[in-house]
Amino acid sequence: MSSHHLELTQVGIDFPTARGPFTALKDVNLKINKGEFISLIGHSGCGKSTVLNIVAGLYQSTTGGVILDNEEVNEPGPERAVVFQNHSLLPWLSAYKNVELAVKQTPNGRSKQEIKEWVEHNLELVHMSHAIDKLPAEISGGMKQRVGIARALAMEPKVLLMDEPFGALDALTRAHLQDSVMEIHAQLGNTVIMITHDVDEAVLLSDRIVMMTNGPAATIGEILPIELSRPRNRIQLADNPQYNHYRHEVLKFLYEKQRKVESVVSTKKDKDAALSLTSKGSNAA
Amino acid sequence: MSKQQAIPMIFSQVKQVNWPTLNQFLSATALPIVGIVIFLGLWSLMAKNIDTSLGNFPGPAAVWQQTKVLVDEHNAQMEKAEKFYLRQEERNAARLAKDPSYQPKIRAFTGAPTFLQQIWTSLYTVMVGFIVASFLAIPLGIVCGLSKNSYTAINPLIQLFKPVSPLAWLPLVTMVVSAVYVSDDPMFSKSFITSAVTVSLCCLWPTLINTAVGVSSIDQDLLNVSKVLRLNALSHVIKIVLPSSIPAIFTGLRLSLGIGWMVLIAAEMLAQNPGLGKFVWDEFQNGSSESLARIMVAVLTIGVIGFALDRLMLMLQRKVSWDKSAVLR
Repeated sequence: MSSHHLELTQVGIDFPTARGPFTALKDVNLKINKGEFISLIGHSGCGKSTVLNIVAGLYQSTTGGVILDNEEVNEPGPERAVVFQNHSLLPWLSAYKNVELAVKQTPNGRSKQEIKEWVEHNLELVHMSHAIDKLPAEISGGMKQRVGIARALAMEPKVLLMDEPFGALDALTRAHLQDSVMEIHAQLGNTVIMITHDVDEAVLLSDRIVMMTNGPAATIGEILPIELSRPRNRIQLADNPQYNHYRHEVLKFLYEKQRKVESVVSTKKDKDAALSLTSKGSNAA
Repeated sequence: MSKQQAIPMIFSQVKQVNWPTLNQFLSATALPIVGIVIFLGLWSLMAKNIDTSLGNFPGPAAVWQQTKVLVDEHNAQMEKAEKFYLRQEERNAARLAKDPSYQPKIRAFTGAPTFLQQIWTSLYTVMVGFIVASFLAIPLGIVCGLSKNSYTAINPLIQLFKPVSPLAWLPLVTMVVSAVYVSDDPMFSKSFITSAVTVSLCCLWPTLINTAVGVSSIDQDLLNVSKVLRLNALSHVIKIVLPSSIPAIFTGLRLSLGIGWMVLIAAEMLAQNPGLGKFVWDEFQNGSSESLARIMVAVLTIGVIGFALDRLMLMLQRKVSWDKSAVLR
């Protein structure tokens, strides 16, 4: 039906609350091409992670749906591997075993030797060959996230979903990992959806930046195509006017069009007010 | 002047002593010894002042004396048993020599069980009851932790039966075992089964509840990983659920074993089933001048064994748990 690789159509989700359903997302429409690197950016609580979780199949959308290669997404699966924000490695398994578990769960009839080679290959891709037998508790946060990426890549996903993958890392480690991700994306050409709070990260890595409006009933506000040639170099780009223009655009969206300066308390009040309104509305209906 | 200089000298010398090691030694070894010595002192002081109809309350010396007596009695009994079997063999050999068609018979030694044998009986019983209960409680706890519905279904029963003293079950268990466990050549004695079932009944709950809580509080991220990897139910339990909930499961197991051990002694006293509890009761009924000291030996033995069982579980947890750095106490 469509030539697009991944398609989100009219995706919306309601969460049940004590005071009636809370509409977190509404009318999210997005078409993603194969090999594209998409960043989702927006204020906290605007539903970026919810979009990702719907694509991952961890949440079921209330309206609309997600189609990947002409198949509807209904449940989680290795073809939509997720890199979680806090790595989520199994703490009782070594780096190798964590990746191995993922490889063994991906059905493609590898022999024992092939599994071993594939695990080692993926750990090498993220530069983790030196700590292959270490437990997660024995390696740094950045290294854990590398293993998390290796685990996701090892599943040979059609789409790689990254939920603020570098959010918990310090700036230097984050830069290293961003470089690694760009390198891997250039090499493998995966389709990637990444959630981020970081404007620089979004501009540096993405082909398109999807900017989301504030919730409730959050949706896509603007989509900004980033036409910077690859490979991109963060130092050269620092003075690039086009790069700075993109940054400016994203900042303008986040801080002018979608201003969110209220305190946490008033946000909550707003949400409650919105909730009571919606529940009143449904009562009236 | 020379005195003033001497003071810093002393300080500098004191500083050279390796304080951390000394402190560690003090707190690890010396302090418990101090505690025990004070306890023994108070005990012997108090004991002298307590007069009972069976004489003075036994002090540490009397108890130590009876400990040796109990071990000697055990050795004497073992010797007697050995001789008893030797005599039978000799007799059988003699009769066989006379009459080759004779079927030799060996009669079991029927002397009263010694203190050490009673310890063994109790230990064996508690372990069997505990293991049986654990094999029921852990899988059930996992099911309850995984599925909210099954937890909601089972929870009222747990809450109802958890506070029941297993001793209240004892008469029922005794009657049911007598009625159901009928065999010409029983593998286990009825009293053993009664005691073990009673232990099981109280070992179930802490393990079940802690397992359920441990399983239901697994990190949501790890559950998501399991979903993304499409782990089937069995590998989900083996790879994610069990390793995550090992600490909680072991907390439950240690509570269970502790309670089971306490309940077993009471059950043995009440039901006159062989074991340490029966030993205590028999000594109490016996009422000789040594009885109190012998009971005190049993009391201390029960304590030492309870402590040892808990340490055993802790060692097992260290072996099984992936988190070697966790502080276990």
